[in-house]
Amino acid sequence: MTETLVHELVEKYGRKRSSLLPILQEIVRRESYLTPQAIIEVAKELDLSATEVYGVATFYSFLDVQPRGEYKIRICKSLTCDAKNKAILDELEKLLKIKVGGTTLDRRFSLLMTNCIGQCDHAPAMLVNEEVYTDITPEKVREIINYYKHKKI
Amino acid sequence: MAELVKKVHYIFDKECSCREVLDKALALGPDGIVQELVDSGLRGRGGAGFLTGIKWKLAKEQQETPKYVICNADEGEPGTFKDRKILEEVPCKVLAGMALCGYTIGAKEGIIYLRGEYSYMRHELQQQIFQFTKEILGPLGLDFKISIFMGAGAYVCGEETALIESIEGERGEPRNKPPFPVQNGLFRKPTVVNNVETFASVMTVFRMGAKKYKNLGTKDQRGSKLISVSGDTPRPGVYEIELGMKLADFVREFGDGDTKAVLVGGYSGFCVPETHFETAVIGEGRPTGAAILLFNHKRSMYRVLHNILEFFAEESCGQCTPCRVGYQQLLKGIEAVKKGEKSEEYLNSLLNLTETMKITAKCGLGQSAPNFFKSIVENYREEIVY
Ligand SMILES: Cc1cc2nc3c(=O)[nH]c(=O)nc-3n(C[C@H](O)[C@H](O)[C@H](O)COP(=O)(O)O)c2cc1C
Ligand code: SF4
Ligand code: FES
Repeated sequence: MTETLVHELVEKYGRKRSSLLPILQEIVRRESYLTPQAIIEVAKELDLSATEVYGVATFYSFLDVQPRGEYKIRICKSLTCDAKNKAILDELEKLLKIKVGGTTLDRRFSLLMTNCIGQCDHAPAMLVNEEVYTDITPEKVREIINYYKHKKI
Repeated sequence: MAELVKKVHYIFDKECSCREVLDKALALGPDGIVQELVDSGLRGRGGAGFLTGIKWKLAKEQQETPKYVICNADEGEPGTFKDRKILEEVPCKVLAGMALCGYTIGAKEGIIYLRGEYSYMRHELQQQIFQFTKEILGPLGLDFKISIFMGAGAYVCGEETALIESIEGERGEPRNKPPFPVQNGLFRKPTVVNNVETFASVMTVFRMGAKKYKNLGTKDQRGSKLISVSGDTPRPGVYEIELGMKLADFVREFGDGDTKAVLVGGYSGFCVPETHFETAVIGEGRPTGAAILLFNHKRSMYRVLHNILEFFAEESCGQCTPCRVGYQQLLKGIEAVKKGEKSEEYLNSLLNLTETMKITAKCGLGQSAPNFFKSIVENYREEIVY
């Protein structure tokens, strides 16, 4: 599967070195994270060493190389949100039964912290994959999780 | 609430037509455009504050082709969200500014480097590019293609040469400067990298004329500027101001009545304590970053400092030792002092370390250590120690 996906993306973005990031980004978008196979496949297609590709991937925090759930929740921890995110963090840990850094057993959610996501005028804020959620409250958190729990993949 | 900080309304003014302003600017020809920009005194809004007119002039003079125009929309400085607002509300001005730059320096390709956290706006921005290309570039006969390149969660990629490395498919590690991107940028070709707000401000300059623009602001910083206000404030948001405002007025208008400290310029900026509010003026002397964060008395300044240090320790690209090891040592150092494992004097060694980082680090990320560290440690020593 990974092989077909990588092949498809290489056709779409090209084999140039500057296609590397867009290819890795789309793999993460589709498969949640970069498996070792994906990295090896990309390296082969672009005629690079796997170490080289791995080195690039690990540089960027959104190019996950750890196993991650379908939905990656990233809560902002920078200073405006820091003063307001305690309640939502507690709520998320309670709902998902995981700690920050963890992934639910059904591989649906990962809970992560991130630096300022540029929504400080509506803190606290978080990302779920590419979606932005602002002015979050514990109640909103419950709705959001409920939505993604039932969302068809 | 009395309005103490004078606001202006240019960048978000939607009355102006990008087409008309472009027409007016293009009529001046490349040399005329450069001259007007130089006369306006416009400085880059991305942090370093380089004169925009000079940057375009240098790129224009290069013989190598192809040339590139890059719009820096990486906006990673915590507390900054003005570029997001511009791209959401007046994207046309940014696209027009880029196209004008392309025409001036002789580039046919423009790239917007959009931070990964802003992926949600990519689709809309792409639509805006289609529309702009069809309705404005086409009729004007300008051959300029704009695309979006997505970042992937690395603050240092906002540094222009790291950004270029990133587009090239590399780790986003800053290059040595010189050579500067205007000579040796993307794919080693002449490249102008400007901030989102800079491109939008170029449109303000050509709309009102350099003379009038130059009369706004202070002698160190001409024109109007956006600030992102956040932290402990009932009025967070993006405001367009003329530089030269008194910090005391700012605090009276934006504070929650309990303001203890203000962080001017975001994490890489410096902290102004209550006792200095009356004398501090924003926009005189060194270029001011775009973020202003207010903290009230409920905040622990130790926690503030710890948060900032953790940010830089995480975001350091690791390429040079003073920055990679320096931030980790500062972080461990203040933790040790807090726990009583190190004496208070140890803070002085840490202060010296930040000075060393300033001199020896390769890019602004490592060099900004003394700004916030010194201003917090010196003004809130007891909070750091006890
Ligand atoms: C660590 C670091 C991060 C930076 N981040 C940004 C950024 O997010 N956006 C930006 O426009 N400039 C950023 N800069 C400044 C750029 O290197 C560059 O000076 C700027 O994009 C030039 O545009 P201007 O002349 O329009 O300001 C950063 C610099 C450093 C050292
Ligand atoms: S100062 Fe820090 S971020 Fe900048 S090049 Fe050195 S290690 Fe990288
Ligand atoms: S501090 Fe959380 S979005 Fe900026």
